[in-house]
Amino acid sequence: MTLFIEQCLNSFQFGLLLFLLAAGLTLVFGIMDLVNLAHGSLYMIGAYFAATFAVWTGSFVLGAVLALAATLVVGMAVEVIAMRRLYGRDHLDHVLGTYGLILFFDELVRVIWGPEGMSLQLPSWLNTSVQILPGIQYSAYRLAIIAVTMAVAGFLYVLVMRTRIGMLIRAGASNREMVGALGVNIKLLYTLVFGMGAALAGLAGLMQAPILTVQIGMGENILILAFVITVIGGIGSIRGALVAAIFVGFVDTLGRAFFPDLLRLMLSKDAASTAAPALSSMLIYLLMAVVLVVKPEGLFSTGQK
Amino acid sequence: MTGGFTIRNIVSVVLLVALVLLPLYAEFAGNRFLLILFTRIIILAMAAVSLNLILGYGGMMSFGHAAYIGIGGYAVGMLAHEGIYSGFVQWPVALLASALFALVIGALSLRTRGVYFIMITMAFAQMAYYIVSGLARYGGDDGLTIYKRSQFVAPLELSNKVQFYYVCLALLYGSIYLVWRLVNSRFGMVIQGSRSNDMRMRAIGFPTYRYKLTCFVIAGTMCGLAGALLANHTDFVSPGILYWTRSGYLIIMVVLGGMATAVGPLFGAVALLLLEEALPYAIKLLGTPFVGEVAGRASEYWQIVMGPLLLLVVLFARGGIMGLLGKLRAKERS
Repeated sequence: MTLFIEQCLNSFQFGLLLFLLAAGLTLVFGIMDLVNLAHGSLYMIGAYFAATFAVWTGSFVLGAVLALAATLVVGMAVEVIAMRRLYGRDHLDHVLGTYGLILFFDELVRVIWGPEGMSLQLPSWLNTSVQILPGIQYSAYRLAIIAVTMAVAGFLYVLVMRTRIGMLIRAGASNREMVGALGVNIKLLYTLVFGMGAALAGLAGLMQAPILTVQIGMGENILILAFVITVIGGIGSIRGALVAAIFVGFVDTLGRAFFPDLLRLMLSKDAASTAAPALSSMLIYLLMAVVLVVKPEGLFSTGQK
Repeated sequence: MTGGFTIRNIVSVVLLVALVLLPLYAEFAGNRFLLILFTRIIILAMAAVSLNLILGYGGMMSFGHAAYIGIGGYAVGMLAHEGIYSGFVQWPVALLASALFALVIGALSLRTRGVYFIMITMAFAQMAYYIVSGLARYGGDDGLTIYKRSQFVAPLELSNKVQFYYVCLALLYGSIYLVWRLVNSRFGMVIQGSRSNDMRMRAIGFPTYRYKLTCFVIAGTMCGLAGALLANHTDFVSPGILYWTRSGYLIIMVVLGGMATAVGPLFGAVALLLLEEALPYAIKLLGTPFVGEVAGRASEYWQIVMGPLLLLVVLFARGGIMGLLGKLRAKERS
């Protein structure tokens, strides 16, 4: 039971983390109609920045804040230099162009930080466990991740639904030309939105950094998960991204934790131990297939794209 | 392909003939590396030709095409691991397995359009990647060494480098011919029609879903054959060959060469792989006068040039190599 609660919290934390990535992806797609494969690279860069700045400043929090700002700047620079030229083109162009960016960023990271991974040390006040229920301990850092991501999700909601910028973002998503015609600086708005998406990815990366090793290609695996989430949730829908992200977080984490045991009940021990790893990593793709059969446009599709 | 003596056609024919003569040159110059490199180019070109059928002609933006290379390759590798070396068993199994996989994921993915299709094909290919990574019996993450190439009847011996080259070349030319015949048939017209306007095609009574699915399966099967060849070429298969970045690599070949052209993907494959070989040297050569020895070390990081180069191709040379050659012809006429 303790293990189950712990795994549920892990699932929730992972799901929220995935939401940060998927939200940026879906935001950029919903508003600029841009497929951004390089989103995973921004996640990676956020992690590298955090690892570097934390060493420089000697403080984890300060390093994280600096890394967030730096990723935002990198994202905006990428938008101004490259992405801007891809708007309004074919999706295949987006895929190819941003694929080129992945190659570039992976190699750039190799040049600057070297091919070995880095690790980010947690400060001692985060590197402890907290008693959340009588008899159940849970990592303080993971709880902090849950708190931060929930705060960010709330902030996003208020930003998009309750502020003037959010209004422009929503307007831009439904009719770009009209918003431009009404005198809104669409270019600046796009740069901001892209930078925000980058910052969200960077935040996910830097929060994941102490848990995993910071390494080249770390963004590519998780990018696929983010894609699966946007597809399940419906492209362009932030609410869909949130629901799908938590769903995927649970299926993936609980699947990996308990599916092998479940299989062992049904199959012989040998067969189960060979099939389990493959099958548990397949689970989310099966989930996606089921969703697509039922609703090809995703669960929370905005219905226009 | 338009007939007549256009620059585009002449260059294409020159390339096709040059590839036939290449082993002679390699033998004469004693350059074994050239033969091996071009065998690889030809195999990947075949995969690109099959992708072009659905991507270029069919407008189906599959980002999971590397999965078929992996499935074809693993079919050969797994059978060899179990002691079955006969190509008459291995290759049909490779083809059948890829066809089945294409049928299943095609049937699901083709229900969607646009970006959804890109992401779904990518996710399914990634699923295949995780499956083969989990096959502990067949090497898991480490991959699987193939100790014996596929066995055929007496005079044909795939471990002979020149013979293997010609087998690959013949299959590539066969694929190009097949695709060319397909797209110029009634079937191909329906596929191309549905690329430009699917709704209209359905309105005039074509069940486009079935046509597209058939096309998807044909492309997957063809790519599976390329996978079987690749496994024989490298004597090794690993999950890495079906990682999603490899699918991106195939798309680059198609776009670089020129989408929806018969020999474009071949040009794309030749250009991309030669560029990969040449870029490190180019960086070293061009950089040395300016920055000295650092250029030698910098040449290791050639991908940093490759990425932006790709972006430039996307932005400014959308028609690929075939498009550029076509423009040459247009200028000549005016």
